[in-house]
Amino acid sequence: MWNRIYALFVARNLEFFRDRSSLGWNILFPIVVIFVFAYAFNEDNPEKYKVGVVGELPSEGPAAGFGTTRFVNFIDFDDVEAGRVKVERHQVDLLFEPGTRRYWINRTSPNGYIVEKLLIAAYSGASENPAQNLVEGDEIRYIDWVIPGVISMNIMWGALFGIGYVIVRYRKFGILKRISATPVTAMEFLCAQILSRLWVLLVVNLVIYVGMDLFVDFRMHGSYFSLLLVFLLGCINLICCGLVVAARISSEEVANGVLNLFSWPMMFLSGIWFSLEGAHPWMQNFAQLLPLTHVTDAAREIMIDGASIVQVADHLLILGISSLVLLAIGARIFRWE
Amino acid sequence: MPVILQVANLVKRFGSLTAVDGVSFDIHEGSCFGLLGPNGAGKTTTIEMMEGIKLPDEGSILYRGQPLDREFRNQAGIMFQTTALQDFVTVREILLQFSRFYPDSYPIDDLADRFALHEFLGQDTRRLSGGQKQRLLLAIALINRPQILFLDEPTTGLDPQSRRNLWHEVQRIKEQGATILLTTHYMEEAYELCDEIAIMDHGRVIAHDKPDALLAAHFNDVVVQLRQSDMPPEIGEREFEATYRNDAAHIVTGDVNATIEQLLHHDIPLDHLRIRARNLEDLFLELTGRELRA
Repeated sequence: MWNRIYALFVARNLEFFRDRSSLGWNILFPIVVIFVFAYAFNEDNPEKYKVGVVGELPSEGPAAGFGTTRFVNFIDFDDVEAGRVKVERHQVDLLFEPGTRRYWINRTSPNGYIVEKLLIAAYSGASENPAQNLVEGDEIRYIDWVIPGVISMNIMWGALFGIGYVIVRYRKFGILKRISATPVTAMEFLCAQILSRLWVLLVVNLVIYVGMDLFVDFRMHGSYFSLLLVFLLGCINLICCGLVVAARISSEEVANGVLNLFSWPMMFLSGIWFSLEGAHPWMQNFAQLLPLTHVTDAAREIMIDGASIVQVADHLLILGISSLVLLAIGARIFRWE
Repeated sequence: MPVILQVANLVKRFGSLTAVDGVSFDIHEGSCFGLLGPNGAGKTTTIEMMEGIKLPDEGSILYRGQPLDREFRNQAGIMFQTTALQDFVTVREILLQFSRFYPDSYPIDDLADRFALHEFLGQDTRRLSGGQKQRLLLAIALINRPQILFLDEPTTGLDPQSRRNLWHEVQRIKEQGATILLTTHYMEEAYELCDEIAIMDHGRVIAHDKPDALLAAHFNDVVVQLRQSDMPPEIGEREFEATYRNDAAHIVTGDVNATIEQLLHHDIPLDHLRIRARNLEDLFLELTGRELRA
């Protein structure tokens, strides 16, 4: 069995690495994206201020108008601690708890300073001003935040199209049919494709990571082993998604459409480019269904916060279990022709 | 010779079309069995069911008395009508890949020698000519030392020289004891290679026997053939019941002397006259009213 899997693995690798244009594109694309986004759009939604709120904003009384201030996005937090972390990282400009009239700002945040003035102005008619609490913390630059997302995105494209498109092409041109006439089983064939793609994705993204590390200064506070584990599980999960898509389709056009249907929602709703905090709850819930959300979130927690494997275990568990389910479905519905 | 492959009442439908409609025959060990028929007759569907690639809707296929199983996969060599190979892979690499699929494979250099592939071993498979690619595909089909070999229209699209070379190879494979199942729409190919043939049309077997026995059973006459320009259809069809195809008039007769006398009587020039025995193409025309290559 391993001999047959190895034969298919080698053949697929040769095909991938010798296709220079495809290989080049796989490496160049994410690097270009990172440079463009890191330097051209370094401001995270500059027109809006973000105010975190713990509890209800007053709807009557002297400060009733604060909650309707234009250009301020009010984000609900369940507790002060969660909001404080966001203020530390400059992801939220000010955290306000109306019940206790306390607020938190980061002394190094220019936006925090402006929003603080708005808050105090709103309470100018009240008997007691809100109480200031200062927090400290370096700003998490957009580049720190976007790099885990871009690597995840690159894995997604490479996995979905690298598996889905290739298997559909093999089926269309009769390569699968020829292999089906040998003792190779469907499971052996799929394992070889998964292993080949997994290895390719890990190598390509390692090259990208190392390359970026040389030229761009970004945060990596966690362990490399944890990060590798997250990306490994992410690769497997997205490859299995590609397998399900490619299980029966024999037209490249249809495959392209279906793969885009999978990839574009993930591209925009997995929090790769912008945070979904403040987004409509249905969008946030929907994002939790997307594997890329878990890959990106886990990678960010490791790289930015230095989270351990245990701290990202929920993401890893979701990725692991859904991979097994997808693989079982893919193998079950797979057709050679 | 014992039966190696037994096909009984095969039926295959695609929607409302019944592509194969109750086909049965036995293939004997060490023989070359030919499936003949025009395009769309159901040959490829039949052979693909026998290869285990397609599942029949009805009927059974037994290899050495057993349903097609993993052992059959190890013992069968298959060459499809059209096969694409992976891109960016050389001839040696593709042979190596297929050799790893089987427990017992021919050494690649032996196959390269046998099929004159040595000078192309390092070449990308996409840059092979039609004849070279067919040789490679035949080498792949033989890589597992098959006991039964399926060849689906192996010479379609080849030039006459390449076709002859491939026939020569098939003869050699047969001499080494392998059983061969061949589909073709070339009458000459079937006659040259096959011990037994089945003619298919509209998904059914309409005749099945040894080639000479089939001809003997259906014909006791010969064909007198003339150039169409020497005998215009208005005379040929009226006086000789001639049929016209490929720029030639074909007169079927049981009495050649009488036919020639009659031709002389009508002042038909005999410079290009040919007398030939009836062949499988005539038989197919007789049985179906259609030309074999239609």
